[in-house]
Amino acid sequence: MAEQLLEVNDLCVNYKVYEGLLRVLNGVSLSVGSKEKVGIIGESGCGKTTTMKAVMRILATNAVVPSGTIAYKSNDLLKLGRQELMRLHRTSMSMIFQDPTAALNPVFKVGEQLKDIVRYSEFTSNAPTKQEVKTKAVELLKSAALPEPERILDSYPFQLSGGMRQRVCIAMSLASAKDLLIADEPGTSLDVTIEDQIMRLLKQIVEDRGLSVILISHSIGAVKGFVTKLYVMYAGTMVEEAPTDELFSNPVHPYTQNLLKAVPKLTGGGVPEGIAGRIPSYLTIGDGCRFASRCRSAKESCHVHAPPAFDIGNGHRVACFHYGDI
Amino acid sequence: MRRATSHGRFDYRKSWHKFSRNYLSVVGLGVVLLVAFLAIFASYVTLYPSHAEFYVNFPEAREPPNWAHLFGTDQFGRDVLTRIVFGFRYSLMMAIVVLSLVVAPGVVLGLVAGYYRGGKVDMAIMRTADIFLAVPPLVLALSICSVLTPSVFNAMMAVSLMWWPWYTRLVYSIASSLRNEAFVQAAEIAGASPFHIIFREILPNCLGPILTKMTLDAGWVILIGASLSFVGLGAQPPTPDLGTMVSDGAKLLPEQWWISIFPALTIVLVILGFNLLGDGVRDMFSAETV
Amino acid sequence: MSAEEIMIVKGLKKYFKTTRGIVKAVDDVSFSVMKNETFGLVGESGSGKSTVGHVVMGIYGPTAGSITFMGNDISMGVGRRAKELKKRLQIVFQDPASSLNPRRTIGQILELPLRVHRLAPEGKYRERVLEIMDLIELPREFAERYPGEQGGGEKQAVAIGRALATGPTFIVLDEPTSALDVSIQAKIINMLMKFQKEFDLSYLFITHNLSLMRNVAQRVGIMYLGKIVELAGTPEFFSNPLHPYTKMLLSAVPVITPEEEKLKPEKVTSTGEISGALNVPPGCSFHPRCPFVMDVCSKVVPAQIEYKKGHYVACHLYNQA
Repeated sequence: MAEQLLEVNDLCVNYKVYEGLLRVLNGVSLSVGSKEKVGIIGESGCGKTTTMKAVMRILATNAVVPSGTIAYKSNDLLKLGRQELMRLHRTSMSMIFQDPTAALNPVFKVGEQLKDIVRYSEFTSNAPTKQEVKTKAVELLKSAALPEPERILDSYPFQLSGGMRQRVCIAMSLASAKDLLIADEPGTSLDVTIEDQIMRLLKQIVEDRGLSVILISHSIGAVKGFVTKLYVMYAGTMVEEAPTDELFSNPVHPYTQNLLKAVPKLTGGGVPEGIAGRIPSYLTIGDGCRFASRCRSAKESCHVHAPPAFDIGNGHRVACFHYGDI
Repeated sequence: MRRATSHGRFDYRKSWHKFSRNYLSVVGLGVVLLVAFLAIFASYVTLYPSHAEFYVNFPEAREPPNWAHLFGTDQFGRDVLTRIVFGFRYSLMMAIVVLSLVVAPGVVLGLVAGYYRGGKVDMAIMRTADIFLAVPPLVLALSICSVLTPSVFNAMMAVSLMWWPWYTRLVYSIASSLRNEAFVQAAEIAGASPFHIIFREILPNCLGPILTKMTLDAGWVILIGASLSFVGLGAQPPTPDLGTMVSDGAKLLPEQWWISIFPALTIVLVILGFNLLGDGVRDMFSAETV
Repeated sequence: MSAEEIMIVKGLKKYFKTTRGIVKAVDDVSFSVMKNETFGLVGESGSGKSTVGHVVMGIYGPTAGSITFMGNDISMGVGRRAKELKKRLQIVFQDPASSLNPRRTIGQILELPLRVHRLAPEGKYRERVLEIMDLIELPREFAERYPGEQGGGEKQAVAIGRALATGPTFIVLDEPTSALDVSIQAKIINMLMKFQKEFDLSYLFITHNLSLMRNVAQRVGIMYLGKIVELAGTPEFFSNPLHPYTKMLLSAVPVITPEEEKLKPEKVTSTGEISGALNVPPGCSFHPRCPFVMDVCSKVVPAQIEYKKGHYVACHLYNQA
């Protein structure tokens, strides 16, 4: 197997809260190759953002990583020192967040924020002139398909529309993303037509620059046209992994099957059924399969032992003991 | 380790946990409780309770701190420490009386102005509050006190008169922003009366900031009260009062420094205690992270 | 008014005066909802669909136009409406976190409408609240808990329970599932459909999710910058969209199955940016983004015409009659 750009192995993350310990991530593994586009789908609270925060090392202060490794370009990200980590953030990997309004500081002009980032990522060795920084900033805004870049540099975030703010965030991440771009639900807070535009823009940028992408979403349709490999997460576990087409034509894990059925179809067919029950509490979660309490095909053993990931060929892996009979 | 939480009503243990996370808050609580205890039991815990009233003993006057008088004696021979402890009574009484008079009307006015935001009621209430707030607090209190006969009671009235707008303004900002929240609209649509909406829907959401402010205010009221006494407009001799003691002793600085420095330090300590306690109260009402 | 129409909205306008100008949130909107029907109102942010819902509920009084409900005129703020009517007309808001008072227990929230309208004899309120809890399939002990401790699905169930408490005949559903995950969304929608049959309800269903709309509404109206640009029965709307904006929206919907892909109209790309509601373009408000724009579009506001039976559209492309 080719050398992977990012490899997360058996990652566990807990959060310390007053009531006890939230055992959120339960042995999450994923890998992203060079120039590969990977998607993670799952519902809120499933731990996809926590996983990405662990990769970027921006977890909250009450987070604990008891086990697991994150290998990035042969560095162990979890053990890396501050300096090295900063260097990676400035020159190699970057993240776009869900809400562009929250990601931009409202009291600074867009230009100031963008130029700051440019200074730290493009010109790490030599001190640039003001003009060089500005030129680079304008170039970045142009590559994010923003019209009138000079005017935007001079605007405050509240003067821009939601779609434009997200494009500014994309431009900012392009300054430092030379290898890996993580996009956490980039279209969720936007209208459907704007989200469509943003996703197409991202796709084009990623292909032009040969970036690897991790795209997180709870909108399954948005992810489909974009990524080549999909991970499905539920309650802190990777329940299924497959190439995109394979996952849609042959979902194996009961959760994936139910999830795909639960999406209303544009062609009609009535209101889908949904999945009974709710996500288990991370405080009291047991050691068995985390989906067992809501799974119609669950057997006794499912509640006791957590299933490992079984390889069923074709790049398709499932975390379920009974994948054969479903 | 899992700690059980009680769902529903007030969770005392969790609130204490949030409060005590910062040890300084606990220190503040300790200071305030100590002051309260001393104030209540002043007659029993002090060595010279009679010094709190009219007492003269010139041979023992102006003694520097020694084992018999830990904070020394003042110009009349009275034990400074005893008088400080008795002085707590007036300080605390001031805080309690002023806050009791001021919080309820101030909060109600703020709620009403916030609920009817944009209308004439809002204008009337808030502009009145603005007028009171425009005058520097001490100046207002001084002018009122100088017109009336100087006494502790009048000082408390004066301070109350200028304190209410702060609560009105605080509650107004919360109430007017909550006014347009969906749950208030839902209550209106259900047909709830304005009384219900103001007191049952909006007020519970204001409790945190109100209680925090009350705690911090206790300290500030004590300071203003001491300032009024310092210029002679509050407690009158021989009533022991921290402010009066500072002003009396000021004339004797720097040789008999203990007569004014100790009361002054005590004022600082008491206010600090309330401030730290106020931080803790604020933490107690803050939302949990994660 | 035909015997079937439970709500008629005619020429509804709602303008807001702001420091930066007049925002024409709703600008001459007309539609009617039949008894036991789900009428869908679709649009993106800024289209005015939520404002329509708010005016219908009386959160704002209309600037112009009329709303008739069960034969009564309710074109006014909620404070001036008859109490009897308030029982019949209810709303479920989009964000369950802000529509439930975080400092009141679920039981208290459900009890409020019952108390206001005195819908139970004194002492029996508790029972009624617990009955509602059963109806929305929540454990009875949750009545002592605060909304903040519950998940989005449970909170929204409480909001629905609150709406049902007064025995309404019409419920405005303002994006009831937009803040929820897909698996919970299905559960809530199923609950709503069940109640519609059980209690003979009519719904005004407001959402931006076209796939959802396809499966819940019998008729759909699509709004853009305060106007309804197209209105049709659901199957007709989705298989034969007329207005360029409808086509643009439909072509941008993210779908999963190949059948859905085939149904989507050819991709219509916007040729400009959306203008805010402050500077509504003259003539047809969509013309700066429309790839089929003609001369007349920037000058004359297109009138709504009935292109086919039951299928209305406001676009100059179809005005050549």
